[in-house]
Amino acid sequence: MTYLAKPKLHHPSLQPNQLGFTRRDYEGAISTLCAGCGHDSISAALIQACYQLDLPPHRIAKLSGIGCSSKTPTYFLGASHGFNSVHGRMPSVLTGANLANRDLIYLGVSGDGDSASIGLGQFAHLMRRGVNMTYIVENNGVYGLTKGQFSATSDRGSKSKKGAINADEAIDMAALALQLGATFVARSFSGDKTQLVPLIEAALSHQGTAFIDCISPCVAFNNHVGSTKSFDYVREHNEAVNFLDVITPRAEITTEYDEGAVQEVTQHDGSVLRLRKLAGDYDVNDRIAAMRFLAEHHAQGEIVTGLLFVDPEPEDLHVHIKTVPTPLKELNETALCPGSAALAKLNASLR
Amino acid sequence: MDDGARVTLTDINDPAYFHKVVDCQWACPAHTPVPEYIRLIADGRYSDAYMINWKSNVFPGILGRTCDRPCEPACRRGRVEKEPVAICRLKRVAADYKDDIKDRLPSKGASNGKRVALVGAGPASLTVARDLLPLGYEIVVYDGDNRAGGMIRSQIPKFRLPESIIDEEVNYILDMGAVTRLGEYVGSMTELLKENYDAIFVGCGAPRGRDLDVPGREEAKANIHIGIDWLSSVSFGHITKIGKRVIVLGGGNTAMDCCRSSRRLGGDSVTVIVRSGFEEMKASPWEKEDAMHEDIPILNYHVPKTVEHDNGKLKGMWFEKVKAEVDAKGRRNLVPTGEPDVFIECDDVLVAIGQENAFPWIERDAGIEFDRWGLPIIGEKTLQSTTLPKVFFGGDAAFGPKNIIWAVAHGHDAAISIDKFCQSQDVADRPPPLFNLVSQKMGIHEWSYDNEVSNDLRYRVPLREKAIALRDIKMEVELGFDPVLAFQEAERCLNCDIETVFTPKLCIECDACVDICPVDCITFAPPGDEEDLRTRLMAPAPNLTQDLYIADGLKTGRYMVKDEDVCLHCGMCAERCPTGAWDMQKFFLEMAHADTGHACHR
Repeated sequence: MTYLAKPKLHHPSLQPNQLGFTRRDYEGAISTLCAGCGHDSISAALIQACYQLDLPPHRIAKLSGIGCSSKTPTYFLGASHGFNSVHGRMPSVLTGANLANRDLIYLGVSGDGDSASIGLGQFAHLMRRGVNMTYIVENNGVYGLTKGQFSATSDRGSKSKKGAINADEAIDMAALALQLGATFVARSFSGDKTQLVPLIEAALSHQGTAFIDCISPCVAFNNHVGSTKSFDYVREHNEAVNFLDVITPRAEITTEYDEGAVQEVTQHDGSVLRLRKLAGDYDVNDRIAAMRFLAEHHAQGEIVTGLLFVDPEPEDLHVHIKTVPTPLKELNETALCPGSAALAKLNASLR
Repeated sequence: MDDGARVTLTDINDPAYFHKVVDCQWACPAHTPVPEYIRLIADGRYSDAYMINWKSNVFPGILGRTCDRPCEPACRRGRVEKEPVAICRLKRVAADYKDDIKDRLPSKGASNGKRVALVGAGPASLTVARDLLPLGYEIVVYDGDNRAGGMIRSQIPKFRLPESIIDEEVNYILDMGAVTRLGEYVGSMTELLKENYDAIFVGCGAPRGRDLDVPGREEAKANIHIGIDWLSSVSFGHITKIGKRVIVLGGGNTAMDCCRSSRRLGGDSVTVIVRSGFEEMKASPWEKEDAMHEDIPILNYHVPKTVEHDNGKLKGMWFEKVKAEVDAKGRRNLVPTGEPDVFIECDDVLVAIGQENAFPWIERDAGIEFDRWGLPIIGEKTLQSTTLPKVFFGGDAAFGPKNIIWAVAHGHDAAISIDKFCQSQDVADRPPPLFNLVSQKMGIHEWSYDNEVSNDLRYRVPLREKAIALRDIKMEVELGFDPVLAFQEAERCLNCDIETVFTPKLCIECDACVDICPVDCITFAPPGDEEDLRTRLMAPAPNLTQDLYIADGLKTGRYMVKDEDVCLHCGMCAERCPTGAWDMQKFFLEMAHADTGHACHR
């Protein structure tokens, strides 16, 4: 079995973005995941979003843990920084990186095993601290690499490929992120890029912890009848609360909508999130209402997708711990180690 | 979806759909299965590649050097990078490196008692002979020249096409057992009809070169020659030299042959002069390139005005300078620039400003109707005279001057007509092509064709050193690809005949094919008509000559829409498809000829 690289030839009309890069320039190595894996669609959505936002690839750091999902950073943004860390430990490695160099755009890629099982504690504390990053869980509800056991996000009552019924309650990662204080929470589906790409763009523009729970069917082990994470099931039970357009500060606003049908949220970086409401008067600025909405629809067997909550003025970890605006890695030794006199002074202030 | 938004879904059972995707084969008048023979060349199977060609176009070695190559401008590769695959010169590789293939050629069939006369021994007639001899027809070939080949032998200079190649491929056909009556010019159709042939095929070409009508032409006629006649005299060795300064009038391929021949017969200063612009010249771009490579300037926008002579001794020619202007009605006209006329000295003038059909030997009361341009009135596909059903036309004699590959296509069609006519069948009932579509999957990520797309740019054919090439008119200029270059060039072929075939009921709409496609040609879109769909695809689809492959039957109710335009046929969609909804299947189409599929159609 060979994996040929994707041919270099491209469509003659392929356009460069403001940086002069085409979408193809944001690609990585060829994927070695199973054919049809939802994760590859998420990679494609990330490529599209970074291209559309004109992000310089060398200013992005992509970090991951262990698992099928955590392999994917190899398959996109080949010119960006990458760190494939320890199982479940992406949040602490990323937090450290962010503390050392706050100027990069941080993208954490994880899966339901990596974040909801072995890394649940790390996930929770990163959310609490408000690290400025985009955290994507590629959620397929199954342990694909070990051939199909239930994961911590498998719904109770869902059926494995071999026919076993899951007796354990599922962890709802989006609900958890809301409860733990994430300032941007969304859920989407790998099979719907028209929804997913703008959500990733909005998350990358968000200056706080942006969490996306992205349902990503495992074609090899979790795409059968009885699964609640299959293409068919998700398409049948998808309850989208809104449709998002991301308008970057540079872009001209041309489309007009009926008043009341649209909610606009201006983020701190100047980007405008225009939400076309699909579910009644769903308000994306109300954390408690969002938690209630999720719980109610979960009880009805529906999968709520879209932008669930956003705080337009988030505070991140650096604000909380009052670090200087200059990235720590750019400070020299004198600034970082001011000497024993300064230490004595600090100690004295704490006595 | 309302009625207005109904769309025509793609019918992949119609052979024309996938045939059209194979742009080269579709563009070839004889519909040669090009990618198939290119793969065989890459595989070193030159004889097999030759036979695929021989069946379709009869003269692979000749066409591999001289074809007008309608396939190359059509080649998909030319739409995704700078230049198309060098299809024509790869064909020559098959001819150059093949083994002895004589035992693979058909032999003459047992006599069926029918006699067919072929007038002219050019490519069209020889193709008719090739198709009818195996069926047992007695074929009698007439030609005014002593040797068969027609314009292939008389008009194409030997430095482009060596005599040995002509002899070889002409003899493959004649040796099957044609009766040759060479050196016997047919001077009367009425007389020929009296010989009671069951059918007569007219493949006498377009033998008359258009003349120049300017003052002084007649007086200086000793040094003013009609291009095709002059080329023919050069070919047969009647002319072996020309003056030092030569003017060639005309911008077609004949003009290019005239100027390059002049360079080899003593013309030190040879100039091609055309009325219109360089871009508008009829000559193929590569023939213009070859001429300029031999230090022949091409002057454009010069209209011949008068011939200057001294008591009949040619001195030179006057030209008026013009420019192209588009008038209010959008027509392009040549208008004088007002600059002084230009005088160009010369010792000889070659006139290559067009060819005309001429049938002085067909009496107007012989029963064949002609149109007002002097062309016979014949069926477009049947090539049969509408008024004298036993007479058929082909090649330049049918619809005016074209080229060898069209002559071959006509020959195949005429042979079918003649066979049907002689067997008292309906000539209008044309046999369908043979076509096949077979999966190329060998395993996971494994195909029976090399699906890795080469990034190489077009390879140049090595040429003989100019100083040596210009010394001898019979020395071939092009050396042809060697096997290494041929392999590299063959690898540039995108294998457009390995088709992407979609089975909607297997598709789970996972988007894997959309994500992997290097040229963004696949989209899953809400239904709409074609015009609307073209605006909603992953990448713009402005090339209306290329079809959209549209399939319904998906669970979400969307359509799978694939723009065929720049598909690389790399198989990535099928490799990333988890369910086998995409498959790469080899499309093979072979035109029906009189001697193939006979049992089925009789």
